[in-house]
Amino acid sequence: MIRSITQQKPLEEIDELLKGLGRVFLIGCGTCTTLTHTGGEPELSTMRENLTGVGKLVTGQVVVPVACDNLTGEIIKDYGGQIDQANVLLVMSCAFGVQTIASQLKKMVVPALNTMFIGKETGMGRFNEICTQCGTCIIGETGGICPVTSCHKGLVNGPCGGTDKGKCEIDSNRDCAWTLIYNRMKELGRLDSIKKFQKPRNHHGEPMPGRVDLTEKTQEATAK
Amino acid sequence: MVSSFKKALDSGKFIVTCEVAPPKGTNLEKTIHHIEMLKDKVDAMNLTDHQSSVMRFPSLGAALLVKELGGEPILQMTCRDRNRLALQADLLFASSRGIRNVLCLTGDSVILGDHKQAKSVFDLDSSQLVATIRTMEKGKDLGGSDLDGGVSFCAGAIVTPGADPLEPQLIKFEKKIEAGAEFIQTQAVYDLDKLKNFMEYAGQFPAKILAGIILLTSAPMARFMNKNIAGVNVPQYLIDEMASAPKGGALKKGIEIAGRMIKKIHDEKICDGVHIMAIGKEELVPGIMAEAGLV
Repeated sequence: MIRSITQQKPLEEIDELLKGLGRVFLIGCGTCTTLTHTGGEPELSTMRENLTGVGKLVTGQVVVPVACDNLTGEIIKDYGGQIDQANVLLVMSCAFGVQTIASQLKKMVVPALNTMFIGKETGMGRFNEICTQCGTCIIGETGGICPVTSCHKGLVNGPCGGTDKGKCEIDSNRDCAWTLIYNRMKELGRLDSIKKFQKPRNHHGEPMPGRVDLTEKTQEATAK
Repeated sequence: MVSSFKKALDSGKFIVTCEVAPPKGTNLEKTIHHIEMLKDKVDAMNLTDHQSSVMRFPSLGAALLVKELGGEPILQMTCRDRNRLALQADLLFASSRGIRNVLCLTGDSVILGDHKQAKSVFDLDSSQLVATIRTMEKGKDLGGSDLDGGVSFCAGAIVTPGADPLEPQLIKFEKKIEAGAEFIQTQAVYDLDKLKNFMEYAGQFPAKILAGIILLTSAPMARFMNKNIAGVNVPQYLIDEMASAPKGGALKKGIEIAGRMIKKIHDEKICDGVHIMAIGKEELVPGIMAEAGLV
C-alpha cells in the first residue's frame, strides 16, 4: 500500500512556527503517520509534553482516522470547544492532512512534520520512494523499476560514472537503480530493451500542479 | 571550421590532453599561468565544469580564456546545472566564440559539493547532450526550430573502464558513441592489463579513446581514491611504490609512475592517447610528459 512518509521537524523549528501562539490543539493521523511513528497517539503525547515544557497550553488532542479524508472536518467538529480555545492547530499528519484540515477549519495550522515522499513499505519499518508520479511512465522498458525515481539523477539511458559496487554515489546504503534494472533485464533476457536510446524526457506529462477532472469529460460526452 | 584537436584526433597521432580547473573567484592568475604553460605542449585542455559540484568560475569562461591565449579548449559541460534551453544557449555562445570541442558529462550530485541544498537539473543526460550537439549541427534545436547560424563541434564523453558492475556502464558507453561521441576520455586507470582488456572491446568502436591518468601524489592519496572514487583502483604494488619514496620524494615518484604508464600506453599503442589529470598541480604536466618521453 502506498503511504505518505513523514519526518518530524526539529523542535526548534516547531517552536519558531508556534512563536506567540500560546494555546495549541494537537491533531494526529491514524493512517500513515501512525504507521511511521510520526503522528500516532504516542507521538502526540510526547509532543504534548514538549509543548507543555516550553510553556504552551495544549487545549486538547485527537488522532483522526484518515487526516486527508474530507470527513476529517466533520470528525474534528466534536472537539469544537477545545479547538476554539486554541489559537493554532499543530498537525502531525502529512501535508495532505494538514491541507485538508486547513481548508475545512478557519484556523491557523502548523505542520509538525515534513512530508518526505509518497512511498511503499518495502520491509518492516523500511520505506522507499518508487514512483514520483511523473506522468510519462517508462517502466515498461526498464523491467518495472523506475529510473526517474530510483536513480538519484533520474537518468533514463543508463548509470552515471558515480555508481560503485551497485550503490549510489550519494550514499553507499542506496542501491544504484541502473544496477537493479540491468540485473532484472538480464534475468528476463531483455537487455535489448535498455540498450535503446531514450530521447530527452517530457518533464510536463502533467504540468505542475497536477489536475484531473473526470466530470469535465463526462460533460463533454453529454454535450456531444 | 574543424578544431585543431579534431585534426589531431583524425591524424592518428598520440593525443595528450590535460585539465585546467577554473578558480573559485575571479583571480585568474593561476589559471592563466597553467594555460600559458601548457597550451603548446598538449593537444587540448579540458576546462572543468564545477568539478565535484563545487561552484567555481564557469568552464565556458575559462574555455574562452584558453581560446584568447591561443590554446585549444575542450569545454566540459555537465547536465547537473542547466536544462536543455541553457545547455543549447551555451553551445551557441561557445560556437560563436570559436570553441569547437565539448566533453559531455552527467555531472556529480549536488549533494557531494559545496551547495548541497541547490536544485539539481539533469533535464538531459550525457548521451542526450551528445545527441543534442548532433541535432544542432543539422541546424535545428531540440524544440524542432531552425537555428539562424549553426554550430560545429567535436563531441566527446567519458567511460569508467573499472566500473563495478561494468556491463551497465558499457551500455551507456555504446549509447554515447551511437549518439555521436568522437572521443572518449576514461576515468583514471592504473592497471594497464585491465586497460588492454577494455580496449579489446572499446577499440571496435569509431571513437578515439584517451586513457585517464591521475597523478598519484602520495600513498594515502592513492588509498583515498581506492576508497572514495568510483571505478578507480590503484593496485597495491603502486601504493607500495609510492610509500617507498624517500621523504619529500612522493610527488617525484608519482610523476615517474604516471610517465611510465603513459610511455607504455604510447609504445604499445594501447589507446589513442592520454588525458592527464594533475588535480590542481597542472604545472607538473610537462614533467610527466617528459618522463613519458613525449617532449
